[in-house]
Amino acid sequence: MIKVQGVNKFFGPLHVLKEINLNVDSGEKVVVIGPSGSGKSTLIRCMNLLETPSTGQIVVDGVDITAPKAPITKVRESVAMVFQQFNLYPHKTVLENLTLAPTLIKKISRDEASESGLAFLERVGLREKADAYPAQLSGGQQQRVAIARALNMRPTVMLFDEPTSALDPEMIQEVLDVMVDLAKEGITMVVVTHEMGFAKQVADQVIFMDGGTILEKGSPEHFFTNPEHDRTKLFLSRILR
Amino acid sequence: MPGPFAGFKWLALVNDWSVFAEGFIQTILLSALGLTLALGLGIFFGLLGTSHVKLFKLLNRVYVEFIQNTPLVIQIFFLYHGLPHLGIMLPVFVVGVLGVGVYHGAYIAEVIRAGVESVPKGQLEAAYSQGFSYWGAMIHIVLPQAKRISYPPLTNQAVNLIKNTSVLAMVAGGELMYHADSWSSTNLYYGPSYVVTGLLYLSLCFPLATFAKRMERKLEVSS
Ligand SMILES: Nc1ncnc2c1ncn2[C@@H]1O[C@H](COP(=O)(O)OP(=O)(O)OP(=O)(O)O)[C@@H](O)[C@H]1O
Ligand SMILES: [Mg+2]
Repeated sequence: MIKVQGVNKFFGPLHVLKEINLNVDSGEKVVVIGPSGSGKSTLIRCMNLLETPSTGQIVVDGVDITAPKAPITKVRESVAMVFQQFNLYPHKTVLENLTLAPTLIKKISRDEASESGLAFLERVGLREKADAYPAQLSGGQQQRVAIARALNMRPTVMLFDEPTSALDPEMIQEVLDVMVDLAKEGITMVVVTHEMGFAKQVADQVIFMDGGTILEKGSPEHFFTNPEHDRTKLFLSRILR
Repeated sequence: MPGPFAGFKWLALVNDWSVFAEGFIQTILLSALGLTLALGLGIFFGLLGTSHVKLFKLLNRVYVEFIQNTPLVIQIFFLYHGLPHLGIMLPVFVVGVLGVGVYHGAYIAEVIRAGVESVPKGQLEAAYSQGFSYWGAMIHIVLPQAKRISYPPLTNQAVNLIKNTSVLAMVAGGELMYHADSWSSTNLYYGPSYVVTGLLYLSLCFPLATFAKRMERKLEVSS
């Protein structure tokens, strides 16, 4: 579903991604971990071209998105992203947040988009907030709305960049629960997170990034039982405590 | 000798009310078209200023700095007296619309740029991630949020634009100030002429300025 081949990314002189190769199969759940500044965000932001790789190729669902004339807005319709800071549209109600892109971009009728939007709100437990504005919701609720907004695009891939790290501790679980529920479906997920419980529960593949490279990859068990590199061990000992 | 505000002078003005009415209507037309042009230019150059493309940023700076740092009168003189030497003859009304439009466009560009930059970067990214184009994201996501913060300074620009249309009087612009000038220079009834003219400008500007103040207060409360 996502093929990353020989990707490098420079910010000026800063070499942030170094020869990254990664395959994400259709329906696979990949969790990306690694210390701050290791390039996790940059990597998943390359997958929907919020960042453009300096060299290398990324193919999403058969489309080379790094090609010069790639139909990137079209690809983005089916690759949804959930952000650390939620990024809900503050001037729109919750339901409008869910229906805006489906109606304007995918040209789905308003009724249909509202109906499916309400169903997704129901699913994240926030149907009664349909007419509220984002500022009236807690952080956890906003992030659940953001997930519902992503789902209402009917994506085949969902990218999550630290979806729970801006949340108060007591709200993390409600968001993780939604994500675990989501993972039961055939949707492809790439999740940057340090929630190892979540990784254990849903990940097919865990990727440890360090200094712009993928230092180690494997199953969650591999990382819990016998991580190979000292850097990985050190990092895990810090986040697992 | 009668004073500058002698009763018969007011009577003369009332008799010739249509002169002032015509100027007033011209001023309103000039302001409306000038404001439209200023908004168009302001949004366009303001957005250029928020771009990451160096050339676009440069275009924004050249326009804004050049226009903001030369007097409006000189810009109007250039359009009216200068352009004909280059073979471009513009009707004075067009000179007026262009003059105040281009002038206030530069100020509005700065208002728009500040407004857009006040919207968190994550908003544009969220829109992009959903498949919006740059313009789609601007129109539906970023500008509606920038608008909130830009309204009070935009209204102030509208007020200034209306007042500045009076500069056109210097090139026989056919608007309110010009008519007031020419009417009173023939009969020398300057007093009533300028008082009435001032009140007419006030009747346009005061409601706008009050509206801006009220909105500013509302924004303060809500933030
Ligand atoms: N737009 C940018 N311009 C310049 N440097 C950047 C930019 N974005 C990221 N970087 C740098 O690239 C490196 C990798 O950043 P990235 O955000 O991908 O790391 P991360 O692994 O997601 O870290 P964190 O856990 O803190 O989110 C960092 O050194 C960061 O400072
Ligand atoms: Mg990050």
